[in-house]
Amino acid sequence: MLLEMKNVSKSFSGIQVLHGINLEVKKGEVHVLLGENGAGKSTIIKILTGAYTKDTGVVKWENKVLDVEKPKDAIDAGIATIYQELNLIPQLSVMENIFLGHEEKVRGKYSLLDRNNMRKKAEELLSRLGQNIDPDEIVGNLGVGQQQLVEIAKALSLNAKLLILDEPTSSLSGKEAEQLLSTIENLRNQGMTFIYISHRLEEIKRIGDRITVLRDGTKIQTVSAKNTSVDEMVTLMVGRVLENKFPKKQFKKGKEGLRVENLKLTSDSPAVNFSAYQGEILGISGLVGAGRTELMRGIFGVDPVISGDVYIFGEKKNIDNPRKAIQEGLAFITEDRKEEGLFLDQSIYFNETIAKLNFVKKNGLISVKSQRNIANKYTQDLKIRPSNIELMAKNLSGGNQQKVVIAKWLFTGARVFIFDEPTRGIDVGAKVEVYNLINSLVEQGSIVIIISSELPEILGMCDRILVMNEGKITGDLMRDEANQENIMKAAIGG
Amino acid sequence: MEERAINLEPQVEGPKKKKEWDTKKLLNKFGALLGLLILSTILTVLTPSFLTVDNLMNILRQVSINSLLAMGMLLTIITAGIDLSVGSILAFAIVTGGIVTVTLGLSPILGIATILLVGALAGMINGLLLTKLRLPHPFISTLGTMNVFRGLALIVTAASPIFGFPLMINYIGQESVVGIPISFMLVIVVAIMMHIFLNRTSTGRYIYAIGGNKEAARLSGIPVDRVLVIVYTISGFMAALGGLVLIGRTNSASPIAGLTYELDAIAAVIIGGASFMGGVGTVAGTIIGAMIIAVLRNGLNLIGVSSDLQTVVIGLVIILAVYVDVLRRREKKN
Repeated sequence: MLLEMKNVSKSFSGIQVLHGINLEVKKGEVHVLLGENGAGKSTIIKILTGAYTKDTGVVKWENKVLDVEKPKDAIDAGIATIYQELNLIPQLSVMENIFLGHEEKVRGKYSLLDRNNMRKKAEELLSRLGQNIDPDEIVGNLGVGQQQLVEIAKALSLNAKLLILDEPTSSLSGKEAEQLLSTIENLRNQGMTFIYISHRLEEIKRIGDRITVLRDGTKIQTVSAKNTSVDEMVTLMVGRVLENKFPKKQFKKGKEGLRVENLKLTSDSPAVNFSAYQGEILGISGLVGAGRTELMRGIFGVDPVISGDVYIFGEKKNIDNPRKAIQEGLAFITEDRKEEGLFLDQSIYFNETIAKLNFVKKNGLISVKSQRNIANKYTQDLKIRPSNIELMAKNLSGGNQQKVVIAKWLFTGARVFIFDEPTRGIDVGAKVEVYNLINSLVEQGSIVIIISSELPEILGMCDRILVMNEGKITGDLMRDEANQENIMKAAIGG
Repeated sequence: MEERAINLEPQVEGPKKKKEWDTKKLLNKFGALLGLLILSTILTVLTPSFLTVDNLMNILRQVSINSLLAMGMLLTIITAGIDLSVGSILAFAIVTGGIVTVTLGLSPILGIATILLVGALAGMINGLLLTKLRLPHPFISTLGTMNVFRGLALIVTAASPIFGFPLMINYIGQESVVGIPISFMLVIVVAIMMHIFLNRTSTGRYIYAIGGNKEAARLSGIPVDRVLVIVYTISGFMAALGGLVLIGRTNSASPIAGLTYELDAIAAVIIGGASFMGGVGTVAGTIIGAMIIAVLRNGLNLIGVSSDLQTVVIGLVIILAVYVDVLRRREKKN
């Protein structure tokens, strides 16, 4: 056994994210970790690579206990990880990237670089991967697929025995993905071991040897890839009984508040059509990278679109920047609240009023008093804690930060609310509060759209569900006909 | 969940915590002022000529130009930018004013208007370079215009200073009313206006928002490009205003005036507690920062420290001020 994890658990501030995981990876296999977003795959990887430390349990590497405390421990042991975000320096050459941090020298440690030797070794490594990339090529000039292969070559140069690939094909074209898969097969046949994370079930079926299915931080089962059908994988992945943590309310369907017609984000992306109505929560499901956020950014005028029309309550609107979107009554609660939503070093009341300062002006000047009054009102209405509106946004918990962002949009007087992953990274209690807020928006006649990668959230809160795959809407399901299986099927392309 | 909600809002502990926050806030706010007071106390002890009305008024006169430039610089630094061209804009603006009033003999009011307008336009060019050409950082665009405006100032004057400005223009930099230099009164008036602008107008708040998180600002509907153009226009205008004071102090407009003034302005802003990361900075802090530099120069002069050594000391003070800020931030984090 190359790698064994025994009874490994991990929790963050009281919330258990891994429950006694047992995992065995044999030498020379492609071991797939399969599970929904949030199932615990990334946490396992981060424990293996030293980004997190486990709370309990044992990790055995080549039958000896291995304590990974920092990333270097894992690298020294022979565990290399290739993340979705590549760790290459685009300005340097292929060869320099491969040997970065362990350069070959002519003589001793402080002598000059032995470029000829490095070039020769780089060529050998790349040809082992079936590549004839020029070692002197600048990495930035390569495509993403080739860059990934350079990373693999780098791992090989470090004598890695286990390669962890985290959704390696998600950013690749079909041809590039094919090339990567056959490279993995080749290396496996040479005895390399892989832990492979992917949402693409067909691809897992093709290169996986064994699959460990995870759900809610618990290992469900390890199965052989050969003997498991795609449908069985889906069932294993999602087969959970929904707990009643969704305060769903039903309202009467009303007027069409948002209609998107033939929206094309790029010249070769599909045209998207959909509508959202008063009285319903419209869910948008799909796997990470399905183009959901991009679609909303296009509607909100963050990124330019090629063509298409947006109607708000029946009126055609030309929205080409966020400022206009806000004027037309749109609100976009973005996925990454720290990067795109908040002014972390500013007070709560600054954050809540900045998008509509005209509403707090007296005699042409901003009245800090009315800013504070408004913020105090939101603190009460949305139960923001602590209730001190002078606190900087960065000092709040994730759930309360999210409430501040929502308050900012409420204050603009928006009528159409687009929530992108509204409960990501916030605790269960705050989630319910956010759902209640969303309910009251619907009750007041606002249009509500929720993008979510968490199927339970989509199924628990939405009245109608659009499923997206590669920029296309591949499913349109009513609440009573939607289930995890048919959503997942539409999400992987139907 | 219900229980937690109650525990999180302990009514008794609420106000207590708030008080603690306020003292910290107070220290943050007045840290630079404290530094200025300590410095002044030391100088008062070291030399009797420091704490005299004459000397204090002298300091106020000396601090005026840098204060004006620094207030413009403050805006650019709050947006996480910088304006290296202020010294050159100052020179170009005043020599243009010199040509209008001295060479052409036109009215001093027209001269003042020209100076301010040239400054504002030059600043606006900086802003447009940044937002329209999408140059990656204002360090680069203003480094370029710093050379361009300096060169233009030298060209239009054939590299020689202009003397003999009308009294009305000289008045601003030269005269005092009831003992207080007019130039410093100008600083106070502008500072109050700037403070109101930054804190009580939309554009002012947007400046902080952009510096704090540009992407969030854009997604909040803030017209980021327009605000940035305004910021650099104001910075250019403030440089010209500083130039107006300089004319009175030297009774001339030299094409090499204002060399390295940008560095003193940046130093004042940073000593005053603004952050190069953007989103943070106050007018009061900036004025105090300018004061610290002026008092230091003045005091070291009085004690008889050579100007070479003064430069070393001021450099060290900048490093010290930023280091204190780093420590303060680190403590806040823990």
